[in-house]
Amino acid sequence: MSLLNIDNLVTYYSTKRGPVRAVEGVSFRVEKGQATGLVGESGCGKTTVALSIMRILPSRGKVVGGKILWKGVDLVNFREKQMREVRWKEISIVFQGAMNALDPLYKLGDQISEAIQIHESRVSKTDLIKRTGELLGLVGLEPVRASSYPHELSGGMRQRGLIAMALACRPELLIADEPGTALDVIVQAQILSVMEDLRKRLNLGMILITHDLSTVADTCDKVVIMYAGKIAEHADVLELFEKPLHPYTQGLIRAFPSIRSARTRMTSIPGSPPDLLDPPKGCRFHPRCTYAKPICKQVEPVLTEKGGKEHFVACHLYDDA
Amino acid sequence: MTEEAVVKVVNLKKWFPVKKGFFKSLLTRKELFLRAVDGISFDIRTREIFGLAGESGSGKTTAGRLVLKTIDPTAGKIFFKGKDITGLTRKEMKPLRPEMQMVFQDPYESLNPRMTVKDTIAEGLGVQRIVSDEKEAEEKVLRILEDVKLVPSEQFISRYPHELSGGQRQRVAIARAFVLDPEFIVADEPISMLDVSIRAEILNLILELSEKYNVSFLYITHDLATARHLCDRIAIMYLGKIMEMGTAEEIVNEPLHYYTKALIAAVPVPDPKSRRTRSIVKGEIPSPINPPSGCRFHTRCPAAEKICREKEPELIRVSGEHYVACHKSGQ
Repeated sequence: MSLLNIDNLVTYYSTKRGPVRAVEGVSFRVEKGQATGLVGESGCGKTTVALSIMRILPSRGKVVGGKILWKGVDLVNFREKQMREVRWKEISIVFQGAMNALDPLYKLGDQISEAIQIHESRVSKTDLIKRTGELLGLVGLEPVRASSYPHELSGGMRQRGLIAMALACRPELLIADEPGTALDVIVQAQILSVMEDLRKRLNLGMILITHDLSTVADTCDKVVIMYAGKIAEHADVLELFEKPLHPYTQGLIRAFPSIRSARTRMTSIPGSPPDLLDPPKGCRFHPRCTYAKPICKQVEPVLTEKGGKEHFVACHLYDDA
Repeated sequence: MTEEAVVKVVNLKKWFPVKKGFFKSLLTRKELFLRAVDGISFDIRTREIFGLAGESGSGKTTAGRLVLKTIDPTAGKIFFKGKDITGLTRKEMKPLRPEMQMVFQDPYESLNPRMTVKDTIAEGLGVQRIVSDEKEAEEKVLRILEDVKLVPSEQFISRYPHELSGGQRQRVAIARAFVLDPEFIVADEPISMLDVSIRAEILNLILELSEKYNVSFLYITHDLATARHLCDRIAIMYLGKIMEMGTAEEIVNEPLHYYTKALIAAVPVPDPKSRRTRSIVKGEIPSPINPPSGCRFHTRCPAAEKICREKEPELIRVSGEHYVACHKSGQ
């Protein structure tokens, strides 16, 4: 049984002009100890998937369909009281721009202790100090940093502090939303290295949300490519980069210049992501696709497995003739 | 070395005074400065795309502003087309402004939301009195819109920024810079806030226009992968100084400075078969208010020795265009 099994998730945001169809039928699994990259550009719905899992969508957002199976149990039907037992203790999240999420008025150690106390009742003071120290050590921070205020810590240290906080109640799944953005590349490498270490040591499941394919190539086992609220392609990381099937995936890979390769002309994908209030009929990518056929404009392609090896793609180019 | 440089800076410095807390100011007289740029020298040639790369706190953005003289240097000299502009007043700079322009990072902040595309692009034309009437201005705007591929141009002139995507806004920003027919443009992270799939479009546009109109670029970025594909030469900055400088090939394929090597090693590659090696440097960037003694990088350098802590290395030419500031790279 998978740690997390998302089955046909549908999440909409209600607006005055109608529902914004942010996530429209997304399915994928995450296993223990495995890192899955959720990749896409702005508006693809990847953050909404994360918020749906944790049930922390803004007031206008709502999961309207599908299942979120956490160790076999569907979270979609959980009441708030039940979700509170899941958040932080089973599934945890580190947000984008997290370095600014720490309360500037409290020391780092106190904030981590607070996270423990909110979710677990009756933890002794000695236990709190001990666990906080351990958590800091886990993320490569010296125990003395527990007495530092956020402004006394660099961006990288704050990010580590937030990861420590996210692990405070020993969750089994960690969701990291753009953990490297806003950090310098060397610090980014350090943070991703810390996360990789943790994943191995604690056998953590991880969902890494990012627009950066290079980061995903570097840290993930599986990759889910999202576009306009749907999954375009989904495979093992090696398989995806070796044999990208979906034209969007191919375009995305080409759009990342590699520092190691010879100087080439960079390519992009013409056009821009669609308006999710009124997405295109048929395949949502067809207006930007050089291979679009008439069927692409009419019928939505279904995510199907192609060529074994758990490589899924939603594209009419691969319809059996 | 007969090519005349469009822009040349010599030992440029910018120190920002730092306010001390009340008690600190009672205890010590010493002035504290944030040494954003602390003695850099380079030149940019005709039609060259010169990359200034570095992480946060390296001083690259400040360097860009100094070169355009939107802020005044603390020390050093700036030459534009051979002329010393270091001491020029704002009034004296005005006639030079059309020749040196800027494109900013944030396409959502750099355009006035209350001005149409036409007004935004034509504004500089009016201020500099390059055109004599409304009609001439409109013609120039339509032509530049075609150059930046915002077509049909007649449709775009009356649009407002909120009706445009990030990529389109950045094209307007580029059009605004090019319409004055400059010789030199400073582009500060022009694509970092755009979606990945459209970044290349904007970069290719910069390349195209640079060739078509003979414009040199100072391309400021933290993204070495992009710099490698776009720039002719690259200078690597760290804490206000240049650590290494050379052609894009030299920097990426034969880096000499340990910081450059660390930066390159840290850049992820879109290929799962070549995973990043563990970082060879530890720690994070020290404060530019109190930079380390000697070589600024010595606190994080795996090869640091006594001389590195005591004496600042000079930027020395190693071959051709390749320069490095390191006591140990000679070996």
